[in-house]
Amino acid sequence: MSVKTKGNVPSHPQDELLRTDRIPHIWCSGCGIGTVFSSLMSGIKKSEVPLNEVAVVSGIGCTGRMAGYIRLDSFHTTHGRAIPFATGLKLARPDSKVIVASGDGDLLAIGGNHFIHAARRNLDLTVICVNNFNYGMTGGQMAPSTPFGAKTTTSAMGNPEEPFNFCQLAAACGATYVARWTSLHLRRLTDSIREAMDKRGFSFIEVLAPCPTSFGRRNKMRKALDIARFYHEKSVIKNDIDPSGADLDFGKNIVCGRFVDSLRPTFLDNYGAINRKEIGDWPNLDNQKKPSERKTG
Amino acid sequence: MAGKAVLTGVHFLNGDYACSEGALAAGCLFFGGYPITPATEVAERMARRLPQVGGVYIQMEDEIASMASILGASWGGKKSMTSTSGPGFSLMMENIGLGLCTETPCVVCNVQRAGPSTGLPTLVGQGDMMQARWGSHGPYETIAVAPSSPQEMFDFTVWAFNLSEKYRTPVMIMADEVVGHMTEKVVIPPEDEIEIVNRKKPEHPPEKYEPYFYPYKAGPDGIAPMANFGEGYNVHITGLTHDERGYPGMDPVTQVHMVERIVNKIRNNVDDIIDYDLFMMDGAEAAVVAYGISARSAKRAVKDLRAEGKKVGLIKLNSVWPFPESFFRGLAKDVKAMVMPEINLGQMVLELERCAAGNCLVKLVGHAGGAIISPKTIKLAVERALKEA
Repeated sequence: MSVKTKGNVPSHPQDELLRTDRIPHIWCSGCGIGTVFSSLMSGIKKSEVPLNEVAVVSGIGCTGRMAGYIRLDSFHTTHGRAIPFATGLKLARPDSKVIVASGDGDLLAIGGNHFIHAARRNLDLTVICVNNFNYGMTGGQMAPSTPFGAKTTTSAMGNPEEPFNFCQLAAACGATYVARWTSLHLRRLTDSIREAMDKRGFSFIEVLAPCPTSFGRRNKMRKALDIARFYHEKSVIKNDIDPSGADLDFGKNIVCGRFVDSLRPTFLDNYGAINRKEIGDWPNLDNQKKPSERKTG
Repeated sequence: MAGKAVLTGVHFLNGDYACSEGALAAGCLFFGGYPITPATEVAERMARRLPQVGGVYIQMEDEIASMASILGASWGGKKSMTSTSGPGFSLMMENIGLGLCTETPCVVCNVQRAGPSTGLPTLVGQGDMMQARWGSHGPYETIAVAPSSPQEMFDFTVWAFNLSEKYRTPVMIMADEVVGHMTEKVVIPPEDEIEIVNRKKPEHPPEKYEPYFYPYKAGPDGIAPMANFGEGYNVHITGLTHDERGYPGMDPVTQVHMVERIVNKIRNNVDDIIDYDLFMMDGAEAAVVAYGISARSAKRAVKDLRAEGKKVGLIKLNSVWPFPESFFRGLAKDVKAMVMPEINLGQMVLELERCAAGNCLVKLVGHAGGAIISPKTIKLAVERALKEA
């Protein structure tokens, strides 16, 4: 086995961060996850965090496979449990950057409890949720993100449930950075990932991504390009608004933007402060500085 | 002010506290906890003690999360642990499987209470023994130890950490409510007298591995060196069936290779892992086989029977999984009867029956839970077995 690219395939700008011997990936044509993955790699490079200190943790599902393609310490855990696994990883290595890459079902159905508590604790994690409005890997079932009335294999006549507004939920639980983009907003998404990594605290980025294979074909969005056009026409950017007003309504519009960018002490800040009379030589909170403040070497 | 990890000296501790001290002495620096009777005191002690030694206690939102967190912490390079009881143990099963599959050293202490379901939260049980062995899905081998006193809660917790580090696998401490809550003398030895085993590490720096480090390439002992997160080895760890590179391989060949190795690394080392004590077994015609709190009752019963001239001994299982199969196959030919008291309606006794293979009588002294089995009950059962055999 070799990490060299095969045959005459030209090298890719992201080869440094790719496990090229695992390509081709499993994602369907027209899927938005690859674009988000590319932004993630660009964001990691732009953050200037030493690559040895970055880990990607995922759960199960299409987005969960990101951890398998990135050439960093990467952990593909159980369904819904990426955040608690990442919690242990981060607390064991306070000076590291731990990124959670998760799908909507993984993060907010089976993993919903962990999501709200990690945000409440303000654990210094960067959580990226690729929202494709359904469970893609299992063939397109309804999820907590599926729009009301949308058709899936487990809501053939239309989804009878109302979906979550993930960004509103994250903000309500105390996340210090909350943003929503679509997989078309490549530049903004990349910048947002870099900002989220720089942010000390629980950062959450929701990325709306087309799933023509499982979701689109049952909801009159069969072609990836049609979905992209739909996103392009419907999305409006409203930075700094209260995310409770950030509609995600296919009938009206899709509000994107950076909704929350605030500061409050992280779990480790508070743990260190409260235990200051007891604490030994860990955690060394000085190591949690932004990359620009970090001593190199 | 930083405290000490090893509180050398003579203490008067309950079993749960002794377990925590054992963990700290073994080098545990991370505890993901969730309150549950009768294991709460383990978490409470760790919450108080870990900051003193530079570790971290976090109270997770449920037992699923606490189990996931200790796996993460272990990959972060810290020895890690959680404690729970029946209902929480059930919730942990999926991530225990992830720990087995990804070969993640960590320790789970189950202070057993009477079940099923919520059962008797404050009263003793030994009903999770088979769950410890088979509770997570798929084929695997597991290691579990069963302390019978606060002193053993300390000693066996150190031992559990050492086994988990040596064999790169989650290890379970199958305690019970009485052992967890009883307070007895606990002697904590000087730090340099406590044997500590640390996980095998890669021999070379990351750049020496071409094209990259294989996180599951085992040596002849079946155990692969472990590169922690942040050390530059760019490991990929997955609960999917994976090859030596850690890459998923969705085929029976990869499955057979992976599962057989993680099973055989335990099976091929049973002599190193398994531990039991023999008590008054000289010339014994019947053996009481017991573990945990039931071994304490059994010892009294055996002493009383010997005082009456009956040739009865005790085999106290210190480790319960893997089961000492070859030992009991041999013993079954030397004794007339084996009697096993356990606070369930027949779990480990099934293993005993399997190993006895009809060569001697095997009798269960069972109890559905909520109380320990009295020495008198065990004594009567042995007397009956000796007549029957």
